[in-house]
Amino acid sequence: MKKKLFVVTLCLCMVLTLLAGCSKEDKGSVYWLNFKPESDEVLHQIADMYKEETGVEVKVVTAASGTYSQTLTSEMDKSAPPTLFVIGNSAGVKTWDDYALDLKDTAIAKELSTDAYNLYDDSGKLVSIGYCYECYGIIVNPDLLKQAGYELADINNFATLKAAAEDIHARAGELGFDAFTSNDMDSSSSWRYTGHMINLDYYYEEKAAGKTWTECPDTITGAYVDNFRQLYDLCVNNSTVARGDLATGGHDAQNEFKTGKAVFYVQGSWEYSAVAESVPNATMIPYYCGVEGEENAGLNCGTENCWAVNAKASEADQKATLDFMYWCVTDPEASRLLVDSFGVMPYKQAAESTNGFLKASEEYSAKGCYVMDWATNYQPNVDDYRAAFVSALNQYNADPSDANWEAVRTAIVDGWANQAQLAKG
Amino acid sequence: MRGTGRRAMMRRWSWLFLGPVVAAFIIGFIWPFIQGIWLSFCKFNIISDAKFDGIGNYLKAFKDQSFMHAFWYTALFAVTSLVLINVLAFTVAYLLTQGIRGSNIFRTVFFMPNLIGGIVLGYIWSMIFDGILSHWGTSILLETRYGFWGLIILMLWQQVGYMMIIYIAGLQAVPEDMLESAKIDGASRMQTLFKVTIPNVMPSITICVFLSLTNGFKLFDQNLALNGGGQPFIQNADGSVVKTTEMLALNIYSTFYGTNSASRGTAQAKAVIFFILVAGLGLAQLAFTRKKEVQQ
Repeated sequence: MKKKLFVVTLCLCMVLTLLAGCSKEDKGSVYWLNFKPESDEVLHQIADMYKEETGVEVKVVTAASGTYSQTLTSEMDKSAPPTLFVIGNSAGVKTWDDYALDLKDTAIAKELSTDAYNLYDDSGKLVSIGYCYECYGIIVNPDLLKQAGYELADINNFATLKAAAEDIHARAGELGFDAFTSNDMDSSSSWRYTGHMINLDYYYEEKAAGKTWTECPDTITGAYVDNFRQLYDLCVNNSTVARGDLATGGHDAQNEFKTGKAVFYVQGSWEYSAVAESVPNATMIPYYCGVEGEENAGLNCGTENCWAVNAKASEADQKATLDFMYWCVTDPEASRLLVDSFGVMPYKQAAESTNGFLKASEEYSAKGCYVMDWATNYQPNVDDYRAAFVSALNQYNADPSDANWEAVRTAIVDGWANQAQLAKG
Repeated sequence: MRGTGRRAMMRRWSWLFLGPVVAAFIIGFIWPFIQGIWLSFCKFNIISDAKFDGIGNYLKAFKDQSFMHAFWYTALFAVTSLVLINVLAFTVAYLLTQGIRGSNIFRTVFFMPNLIGGIVLGYIWSMIFDGILSHWGTSILLETRYGFWGLIILMLWQQVGYMMIIYIAGLQAVPEDMLESAKIDGASRMQTLFKVTIPNVMPSITICVFLSLTNGFKLFDQNLALNGGGQPFIQNADGSVVKTTEMLALNIYSTFYGTNSASRGTAQAKAVIFFILVAGLGLAQLAFTRKKEVQQ
């Protein structure tokens, strides 16, 4: 008798559980695998705000710096994978295309103020859309520059930048500050050169050929690699740390800039919130490298921050994610918080940017200067390509001979061809 | 009668005690291991989407120059570290069992480096080496031999203390009467060491050689942190790259994540080859040294 009662109760419980599932409307949930560690705190705040407003759960997980690819690979395998993740370059499109929902004609895509930062696959599917864009170049402390006897307006090409930097470096002892901050080549800093500064070669190659890359070219010519060398040499020869001591890193370039130890700092717009408090009038100038007509150069603008929605998530989760994205760029309070963290969001209703470096970029554009796009996003097998580039630069820093420079050129030009071939599989 | 009943009851309930361990072993080892072998024959981006691809991954792995380089480099490293770690660990253990003052403090001090994680050690030692090498305008990342010996020094510093503890346990188990009779028979210190002590500590030698050999082959964290991902690199004329200080485990890792997703299966094939190699070497070594053990 007891046994029968137990079985009946158990059956009733099971049926009730099923019915409970039916009665509740499935709102779906959002799982955002975040790419930017510096925005982690704000994103959690945003997630809480959204849950309070709509009742929809938003989970934010941030991958540790430099490990996004590894984290995404393992998270995608779980039973509840990310519904919102980042596909930031052409290599990412190749790898994750099958997992990306076509965002064409979605409400969020209609809010975009520009198509410039979107990524499409070969079939024309809108794989990911930019949620912020960034600029990089050389950050300048105008006060220190003035103290050394130069005006920001005087620097508009490589010759003027070189004259100022070499003079400041020569008088560093007397002035109390140097020209450039340290230029470490360890993994936390080398991307400033092997990922960003080298973009000047790629961009000018594009410009000379008269067309913008839309996919990774099989080869590059390296026509502007010597211009890269000029600027790179200028940075490492006139800095707070000798070029021979850069290989294993351990120096804090950001702190050197904040504490007034150097005038120039090779970095990007995401540094604004970190340096603005110490150097409120900090601004940014382009990579002047001795290319003809560079007086009209602007900053390097682009993004690797592009949202993709998981095509394999449930329909409810996809809808919840798209709604959440729309809310992020249209809600005044949310977009204010996000813009303050990201710098700028290219959406019609998003809050206005307060980032001084992005303002500098707009000023260059307003003057009619050309924007250098991020051709660097097409680097094939990016980690391996950059690792070989770093190794060659380390040898060159230890002995800056022409022979060692040729090895750097090989890493840049032949390394590209080789990795592009490997990337095809 | 009571004894038999208890035994029957124990047999009846044994699954309760064995079950969790067996389940954990299957979930944590057997199943991933089988899945790993299956994936080595597949093409995949994430493992739940794997598609069978034949033996292509193995062919690619064997053709990969960087893998072959990593193999020989790892073998050289494993043999060098095996010899040096064991000679030093045994010497230190021998000295510390001779009743010198403060030997407990020395044991603790020598063992402590083993408690620090490999990545942390790698970064700390890279700064130490570069602090020294910068006087000559060079760095550990610029010369393969600096990278090699740097890693050997790091491993000695980390592992000697651990192996020393095992050797000390072995040395303390050598029967006093045997040592005493050797002394009475007029054996010299060296004769006692080689004819009495070492044959008696063969079980410790077996385990220490096994551990240092497999540790040498499996080394990853220290290699990643100290050698900057395998620097310096050699650029071949075709633009391909050989990472001169990259060991096998790091090579597998960078194949999986560094190159494009098409090479994930290749990385998995490399991992299976790596397993067969380490297991084979380890078992061969165990069989060889066990033969030398003596019955007390």
